[in-house]
Amino acid sequence: MKIVAQRNYDTDLDSVQQEPLDARSRHLRRLILRAIENGGRGHIGPSLSLVEIVRVLYDEFVRHDPANPRWPGRDRFILSKGHGCLALYAVLADRGFFPVEALDRFCRFDSFLGGHPETMVPGVEACTGSLGHGLSIGLGMALAARMSGRDSKVYVVMGDGEINEGSVWEAAACADKHGLANLTAVIDYNKIQSAGSVFEIQSMEPLADKWRSFGFRVFECNGHSVDGLRRVFQATAAAPPDRPRIVICHTVKGKGIPVAENNPAWHHRTALSASDLSAIHGALGD
Amino acid sequence: MRKRSLDMVHTLARRDERVVFIGSDLSPNLLGDMKKEFPQRYYMEGISEANVVGMAAGMALEGFIPYVNTIATFLTRRCYEQVAVDLCVHDLPVRLIGNGGGYVYAPLGPTHQAIEDIAIMRALPHMTVTAACDAEEMTRLMEASLDWPHPLYIRLGKGGDPIVSRPERGFAIGKAIDMIDEEVAGSDVLLVATGVATTQALEAAKALAGDGVRCRLIHLHTIKPLDGDALVAAAGQTRLVVTVEEHSVVGGLGSAVLEALSDGMAGSLPPVRRLGIPDRFAEHYGNQAALMKDCNLHAEGIADAVRAALSGKRT
Repeated sequence: MKIVAQRNYDTDLDSVQQEPLDARSRHLRRLILRAIENGGRGHIGPSLSLVEIVRVLYDEFVRHDPANPRWPGRDRFILSKGHGCLALYAVLADRGFFPVEALDRFCRFDSFLGGHPETMVPGVEACTGSLGHGLSIGLGMALAARMSGRDSKVYVVMGDGEINEGSVWEAAACADKHGLANLTAVIDYNKIQSAGSVFEIQSMEPLADKWRSFGFRVFECNGHSVDGLRRVFQATAAAPPDRPRIVICHTVKGKGIPVAENNPAWHHRTALSASDLSAIHGALGD
Repeated sequence: MRKRSLDMVHTLARRDERVVFIGSDLSPNLLGDMKKEFPQRYYMEGISEANVVGMAAGMALEGFIPYVNTIATFLTRRCYEQVAVDLCVHDLPVRLIGNGGGYVYAPLGPTHQAIEDIAIMRALPHMTVTAACDAEEMTRLMEASLDWPHPLYIRLGKGGDPIVSRPERGFAIGKAIDMIDEEVAGSDVLLVATGVATTQALEAAKALAGDGVRCRLIHLHTIKPLDGDALVAAAGQTRLVVTVEEHSVVGGLGSAVLEALSDGMAGSLPPVRRLGIPDRFAEHYGNQAALMKDCNLHAEGIADAVRAALSGKRT
């Protein structure tokens, strides 16, 4: 099945694996590590596959104002795969939505940063965690923007395991029906879900064809290439304003930490050993 | 009652541009006038309750007030997680209008009979749960719904139900209504009912009064938040409390009343009998009245249960 997947895409999956991380990507991963070290737990693998996607969107595409997170004219970003919240927290903290010191209190009793994102976090648009909810909420926001005459865009990031959920496909049909060109879905296609390879647990291939048949304009890219992500989101913005868009981002679960890469055991960790932490620090060049 | 509630959505939409209607594959031309007048705020979506509730949440997060309508079982069972997470965790002003509370869809079988909707909806933090007794009260409920700041479940009766509510008794979400005019201090039995079961309880009270039984009837159009103060005060002045609901005896009005009395009464509780649908799915078809009678939820059955309880018998 993996070979089938490789044949279905233009992106060279080996290059995704080899993609080097620049200083900013390593910096954001250090922020994630800071939260994990203090919280003692976290969805490490599914956060690390997301970092460049969230980074590029917030750096260059999602209109936002950290000083006024509820600014009506902003774009909306929903992390539907809420378990990847550490990547979102790192980017939001880095962009000034809240002090980076808040990461030190990840998952503590009195923290506002929990194991799944909630709207009490400045910059978080929707409470997520249970999978398959974000696309429906996002299309509701996209329809609200249309009703209000706002030009806000809505971005919804989903996991490749998440799209097993039937509700995702209810939402896909609905977004197509309404021709929601202001809605861009993103799939973090790291090809490993909680129990193992998506090709063993529940393959959704041919994935691009599925979304195409549901009426979406389909794009794909190397989800760790900053230039590649920039180009693909420019392309989604430039496409004719007739249909919803989806970007299939080929990624590596655990990207940047060799011991965690492509390793289902690092999907969620509740106890990090000294050697684990040492391996992470070493990989980030600390 | 259903028509009135939906007509009221149109009325509210004229008054407030935040009001949106979302249906899930309902009758052709449903709310057709609203569709013509406000096409941008009228949505008839496919058979996709999970998506529809999430979509409503997205709109509500942006300041709209969506009224979502479909059959009650689909709107509560099918998308319970979306109701819990998308609506209740966010505490959003989305209104769920559930067709066919209780045995309205008697001929259609258990898939269409909402017998536990009150129980599962009231278990959710932030959710408000209502069951009006007739179309006139539905109008008052819908008026009150516009500015209610929380998710709101509106259980519908069949339609064409007798009008027993009266405007002079007032209406506020969360407030009990006394349904009998006579002196309420001191009673042999305090009947507590919701939805169209209130109508049956009212008939039962008339029959019991003929026997010399002093009855008080409290109608709870709002099961959550429950008017505990009114219940505790009334329960302190009666020999017997009997709850009546067209709903499972598990987790519905009777359970809610018992919880309120247990938590709120300083002394011992009077005897409490819960009349409702036994803990089983319907085993017959027919019509709503027949199934209610099968559960002794008709006026005669209620009156008999009261007489038996007052004479110390268990039913």
